[in-house]
Amino acid sequence: MRPGIIPAPILNLPWPLLLPVIFVAMFGCVVLYSASGGHLQPWAFSQAMRFFIFLGMALMLANIRRESWKSMAFPIYGVICVLLLIVEAFGAVKGGSQRWIDLGIIRLQPSELMKIAIILAIARLYDLLPAGEIRGWHAIWIPLAMIGFPAGLVLLQPDLGTATMIIAGGLTVMFLAGLPLRLFIGGGLAALAALPVLWFTMHDYQRNRVLIFLDPESDPLGTGYHISQSKIAIGSGGFFGKGFLHGSQSHLEYLPEGHTDFVFATMFEEWGLIGATALITAYFLIVRYAMNVANQAPDKFGRLLASGLGCTIFYYFSVNMMMVMGLAPVVGIPLPMFSFGGSALMTLMICFGMLMSIDRANKRAGQFL
Amino acid sequence: MGRQTVTEATQRFSFTRRSLLLSAAQLSVGGLLVGRAAWLAIAQNEKYSLLSESNRVQLTLIPPRRGWIIDRHGQPIAKNRADFRVDLIPDRVTSLDAVLKTLTEILDLSFDDVERIRSDFEKAAGFQPVQVADKLEWEKFAALNLRLPELPGVMPARGMSRDYPEGAAVAHLVGYVGAASADQYKESRDPLLITPGFKVGKDGLEKTMDLYMRGKPGARRSEVTARGKLVRDLAMKEDIAGKTLKLTVDAGLQAYAARRLGRESGSVVVFDCTNGDILTMASMPAYDPNSFTDGISHDEWDMLSLNDHLPLMNKSLQALYPPGSTVKPMATIAFQRHGISPQDTVFCNGGYRLGSRFFRCEGHHGAVDMPTAIMKSCNTYFYTMGHRIGYDKIAEVARELGLGQEFTLPFPSQRYGTVPDSEWKLRKFKKPWGQFDTLNASIGQGYVLTSPFQLAVMALRIATGKALMPRIIAGPQPHVAPLNIPPEHLAVVHDGMNRVVNAGGTATRSQINLNGITMAGKTGSAQVRGLSGGRGDMSTPWKYRDHALFVGFAPADNPRYAIAVVVDHGIAGARAAAPVAKDVLTYLFDPAKAMASLLALEKAWGGTIKERMERETTAYRAQKAVERGEAPPPPPAAEDLGAMAPSASSAPAATTAGPVPSMTAADPTTAITGTPPTSAPAETNGKVTP
Repeated sequence: MRPGIIPAPILNLPWPLLLPVIFVAMFGCVVLYSASGGHLQPWAFSQAMRFFIFLGMALMLANIRRESWKSMAFPIYGVICVLLLIVEAFGAVKGGSQRWIDLGIIRLQPSELMKIAIILAIARLYDLLPAGEIRGWHAIWIPLAMIGFPAGLVLLQPDLGTATMIIAGGLTVMFLAGLPLRLFIGGGLAALAALPVLWFTMHDYQRNRVLIFLDPESDPLGTGYHISQSKIAIGSGGFFGKGFLHGSQSHLEYLPEGHTDFVFATMFEEWGLIGATALITAYFLIVRYAMNVANQAPDKFGRLLASGLGCTIFYYFSVNMMMVMGLAPVVGIPLPMFSFGGSALMTLMICFGMLMSIDRANKRAGQFL
Repeated sequence: MGRQTVTEATQRFSFTRRSLLLSAAQLSVGGLLVGRAAWLAIAQNEKYSLLSESNRVQLTLIPPRRGWIIDRHGQPIAKNRADFRVDLIPDRVTSLDAVLKTLTEILDLSFDDVERIRSDFEKAAGFQPVQVADKLEWEKFAALNLRLPELPGVMPARGMSRDYPEGAAVAHLVGYVGAASADQYKESRDPLLITPGFKVGKDGLEKTMDLYMRGKPGARRSEVTARGKLVRDLAMKEDIAGKTLKLTVDAGLQAYAARRLGRESGSVVVFDCTNGDILTMASMPAYDPNSFTDGISHDEWDMLSLNDHLPLMNKSLQALYPPGSTVKPMATIAFQRHGISPQDTVFCNGGYRLGSRFFRCEGHHGAVDMPTAIMKSCNTYFYTMGHRIGYDKIAEVARELGLGQEFTLPFPSQRYGTVPDSEWKLRKFKKPWGQFDTLNASIGQGYVLTSPFQLAVMALRIATGKALMPRIIAGPQPHVAPLNIPPEHLAVVHDGMNRVVNAGGTATRSQINLNGITMAGKTGSAQVRGLSGGRGDMSTPWKYRDHALFVGFAPADNPRYAIAVVVDHGIAGARAAAPVAKDVLTYLFDPAKAMASLLALEKAWGGTIKERMERETTAYRAQKAVERGEAPPPPPAAEDLGAMAPSASSAPAATTAGPVPSMTAADPTTAITGTPPTSAPAETNGKVTP
């Protein structure tokens, strides 16, 4: 420990993670400030408040021991599965799609939490599985079932975006756990072959969505309008952007959802390619931190959990950005910590809490070595 | 245990490899993201910047101020008035019912208004504004602006609306303006045409001189939100007002003539003999161009289009009549040109025998020479002389004097009628010209058809002996060539026409006696049915009565003004047309005297044009409401009878009025009971002794 002005407990915080996280969140608040026409209300201030509250929560989660996470993995997974079932039941009763449970103080969205819980549970599963069994049948069907059940429930809500995220997160952990490569290659090829079949079984409106994604200008007033306006915002932003508080697309309300799913376009319009590159770099630093933690972890659980969470964060921002820039269909996935909204922010901060917890465990193990 | 550790190690190794693989994949996706962003923001920056600008900045056209129409003295005939207006943009309206309900509440829209808005709304092409109301009071306009957030698609605006101070009196002269039609817009794609508040000429001079009076629109560049809310104005360019159109018309005379026609269906055309200026071209009844400008209701349209007095037709130019005896002076010019001396007499014993057929005259005139024949309108003389020279020679003169001719005038349509001759009949009916054709044509019947306007040109050219061309737009004096008519021939004609009015002729009751100023003219009665049906009198149904015509000029000794008056189904020129001509010409020399006699007449007719039209509209609406079952049928002697009475009074007796369509179904007893005693003077041929 170097003696210094800064006290040790603060110095010892995992700054490689916290610095990019705080940068992203604060940049987000600045953009939200502009999106509301240069006002703290209704978005920027509450988003900042929430961020610091959740950050404090994440720092507390960092103190939970790795062993506790291990033992809590399946119970957490189970509880969230039950919550998903409850949401599904409520939705059926109310006769509409419902994604959240109103707990009075917060509207809890179980599908959002499932994105982490699935990583936790699958990591724990392979942790329990003896190494020799990795090529066995159990190593395939049990995790597939564990992914399929919640993903199916979320799909029923219907929420294709979140379901895809759950499946992608789970499969990533399976991949990292060391399942035979041919399974993934074969699976990938099979999925590719199934695409035409899927096309013919789709409803007309679903096909329409795909077609609109491929050619947004064909539907300038519907879903395509979002994409077209988003591309206009990004394209007109240029290299340096139009300047803070000078984004006409967002201020004149041409850009829909400019503070939630399309916040990236709002940012891009005012901060340009420079801002976007800085933001993407920050996200990559966060993902890199997660991968580093994974690589330093002495045990399989830590490795899989940290890398799985890292990949989930990566999916979050990359899918959102691809969607906003017209590279992926419009699915409701927010830009992590940047979009206005509590649930996603909370999920992310739990993620960081776990990562920091594993990081601590790694360091402790290092000290013992 | 050893085996296990080895496997653990293998797994650890495989994890490292696979996580590297994933990291590489992630980095390449990151590269893709940055690459895509760079492509959009740098390579395609220009394209998207343009799109963004066109989103941000909206160009709003400001309709140009339309040029005024003024009369020869500078008095406005059509002008502009600043007003507050409200339009609907169909594309932006979410629920028409809801919007109309609120608008009705704020603006007090009537049932008719709502119906009109609905039908316009259905016909409009989405982007085309539909007028809700204009000429709003400031209070209503302000109240509406307060509630705008709940009224999507409603556009309040301050604008200009066209104002015709004389209303219906100038309707057929100037036409009216209205919003451009969807077809017009599709043709030109001029965004000005769909700018709220912009009006184009729809008829008359407003239509033909539209571009002259249109001007150039101004423009406003402003920043608007996606929902159309104005953020701020960026730049502004003023409009350039359209040019003022100066007419040759005398607005006061035009209004006087229109009013003097009263409840009749007819037209009056007056020319300035010095240069061919059209001083008046009135056709009545007419619509009110002010209310046409707003778009009119179904009921109002029905009322106008079903009216047998044809208020939608410009009769001066578009109605054709057999000219009857009014062409007799013209025929005497042909007679003289072809060797007939004015002193030659014909003995009239009540008609003329041609083979087995007997062509009747109105009387037994005895021996008549040329001026006497004009004065007494003796058919026998014209049968005889017409037969002697042949009609082809008369037709030649008729054309020289303007009959059957089309004139270059800025009006959407004019009908030029027929001046028949042998060649024409052969071409048209494949039959040779018969002698009986000559006889009929010589007294202005048979195939001869003319418009009131042509009759006025004829009067003008007979009065002046010059080939004057009619003109409506004021400008430099045109060069005028004399007609090929010797002055001594013309003097005979003038003498005959003078005697018609001033020396015991057919129109002696219509003398002007103003400091020696006299009127000369010729009456005419055009048959609607064949001669055998009788000339028609008050017992004949209105639409079978003869048309009444009069052509003339004043002063008789030195013509300054020429006039033609046609009163549809007025029975006889002397009783219905000549008195109108007399009063209109009197107005030119002594307006006060003319006004006095007009006011007396109008009192009997039930007020000014505007007052009468308002009453008719109210009565028609009430009747429609009863038919639709929205209002109880009025009791026979109820208070609204007063409103119906003036038009009703015309039905049984008054010579100067025809039936008014809204009253055709009225119970005659009701009508008689409702006749005010003051209507009595109206029965004396409209002649009021000063």
